[in-house]
Amino acid sequence: MKNQWHRFDFILLPVLGGIFILLLWHISSHTWSGDLPDPAKTWHESKPYVLDPWGKRGELDQGILRFTLLSLGLVAKGYAIALILGTPIGFCLGLSPTFTKIFDPIIQILRPVSPLAWLPLGMVLFAKIKGINITEIAALFTIALCSMWPTVLNTAVGVRAIPTDYLNVARVLKLSRWKTLTRVMIPATLPYMFTGFRLSLGIAWLVIVAAEMLTGRPGVGGFLWQQYNALVYEQIILCILTIGGTGFILDRLMSVIERRFKTA
Amino acid sequence: MAFLQLQGVSMGYGPASRRTEVLADIDLEIEEGEFVAIVGYSGSGKTTLMSILAGLLRPESGKVLFDGQDTPGPGPDRGLVFQNYSLLPWLTVYENVALAVDQVFPKLSDAERRQHTDRFVAMVNLTPARDKRPHELSGGMRQRVSVARTLSMQPKVLLLDEPLGALDALTRATLQDEISRIRLAEKQTVVLITNDPDEAILLADRVIPLTAGPRATLGPSIPVILPQPRDRRTLHQSYDFKQIRQEVIGYLLKATSRHRTTLSRSLVLPDVEPEDITHHSQRFFGSGRRARRPSELKTETVEVEL
Ligand SMILES: Nc1ncnc2c1ncn2[C@@H]1O[C@H](COP(=O)(O)OP(=O)(O)O)[C@@H](O)[C@H]1O
Ligand SMILES: [Mg+2]
Repeated sequence: MKNQWHRFDFILLPVLGGIFILLLWHISSHTWSGDLPDPAKTWHESKPYVLDPWGKRGELDQGILRFTLLSLGLVAKGYAIALILGTPIGFCLGLSPTFTKIFDPIIQILRPVSPLAWLPLGMVLFAKIKGINITEIAALFTIALCSMWPTVLNTAVGVRAIPTDYLNVARVLKLSRWKTLTRVMIPATLPYMFTGFRLSLGIAWLVIVAAEMLTGRPGVGGFLWQQYNALVYEQIILCILTIGGTGFILDRLMSVIERRFKTA
Repeated sequence: MAFLQLQGVSMGYGPASRRTEVLADIDLEIEEGEFVAIVGYSGSGKTTLMSILAGLLRPESGKVLFDGQDTPGPGPDRGLVFQNYSLLPWLTVYENVALAVDQVFPKLSDAERRQHTDRFVAMVNLTPARDKRPHELSGGMRQRVSVARTLSMQPKVLLLDEPLGALDALTRATLQDEISRIRLAEKQTVVLITNDPDEAILLADRVIPLTAGPRATLGPSIPVILPQPRDRRTLHQSYDFKQIRQEVIGYLLKATSRHRTTLSRSLVLPDVEPEDITHHSQRFFGSGRRARRPSELKTETVEVEL
């Protein structure tokens, strides 16, 4: 009898956790936190956004999946820039002690800077360039700068960890520099690179919300901030759940890819 | 002039403060077509010696002469089989060999290169495993891939660094026979480094002992005047085999004991321990010596290897 129940643990226990949080939320909204809408009200007000996820009623009044897709689109661009810049920088750091000595202190200082600090700089930096969407460029700048570091650092560690034997094989075969890079060094570094890529994606997704809030661009984060400013609190929790769920799915996808390269 | 030659080669690692002298005054001459085995203790610098022969390491002093060139860098004409196989784990058996073939024979057509690669995969009996990755192979199979990769480059000299050291006895015997067969078929110049005197005598024309480090050096070369190919079953009974084995092992032991010295130092110990029972018992067996406390032992003699 007891074993029967254990078989469903994997689903029962998380549901239990969910119920506990819902209860806490419900009680809070009716006791000490008067402005917090309770779960039933939240669901009622969020329904139009969830049940018509692709709807578009206005720039900042769209279905939740439509918003998510907008945010993801921006993240994809910023993340791509981060990888395209970060991977070669990581290789240079891993290969050249001189390069490391020159740039490592700068990297260590830039790495902990919050996206909230980068965004204004981005707005200033690109303000005088004509024919661009300044908020989009500033957001991309912020995403790329914040999410690049795990890729840079993991790639550098991976390059330093390439076994000397693999490089000796390349030397005995007299592989050209280019072939040594593409046939030996990059494959040997890939597992580390993908760990960096996964961490970078997590950060990129964190940054998007902040970037959208500051710039007011349409997206999950922009929507959240707008509703807050309009004193409509019901959709804030919807946005938080969407952001969390999307981040979780992205991380899972990346670990699947990462694991494929681990065995190589 | 010899085909591959070392003259007064010395090598060490580390900065002056934490120096390990590994090799000292190594002289070695290898003729074309010869099979020379170097036998030495582990940690004595065998891999270092091999890396110097392969051109991967530059000796700190002395000269490497290969085929008329003075201290050349590494290249496919000196085919090194690495001690730990060093297969690229993301490539299949075929691809690991093909990487070498494509690099060394760029002038051949694609079809010819494929054929060449297949021939060497087949030579080490790995055709059934040609599309497997190294982590799916046993140690012996990996070693055979490594040998195939090196042979496929058709090197002028084959350098084998303890190629069978990590294998079980049966696999080792099979691969020894394979090495012997390939060598006789291709009339290959071979330098084999091993820690097993029997293996050296079974395969080589000449066995050279490498003394224990630090400052390891090569002993006199001992010719193996037994007909090739040799049969391991009858070999062990042969008088010549025993004689050569005795000579190799004897030299290594003698060279090592010369390195040993004794150190004496006085010990000052507090007198707080009980009497030593083991010494006490001597009394009953007629020595008559009274029991003593460990603290009475005033000096200690230890043998140290320098
Ligand atoms: N790259 C290195 N840096 C410092 N010491 C090394 C290095 N390679 C080998 N050694 C030292 O040199 C000695 C000989 O090593 P090695 O040539 O690998 O011996 P063997 O192959 O006979 O086991 C060892 O004491 C080892 O610690
Ligand atoms: Mg070794």
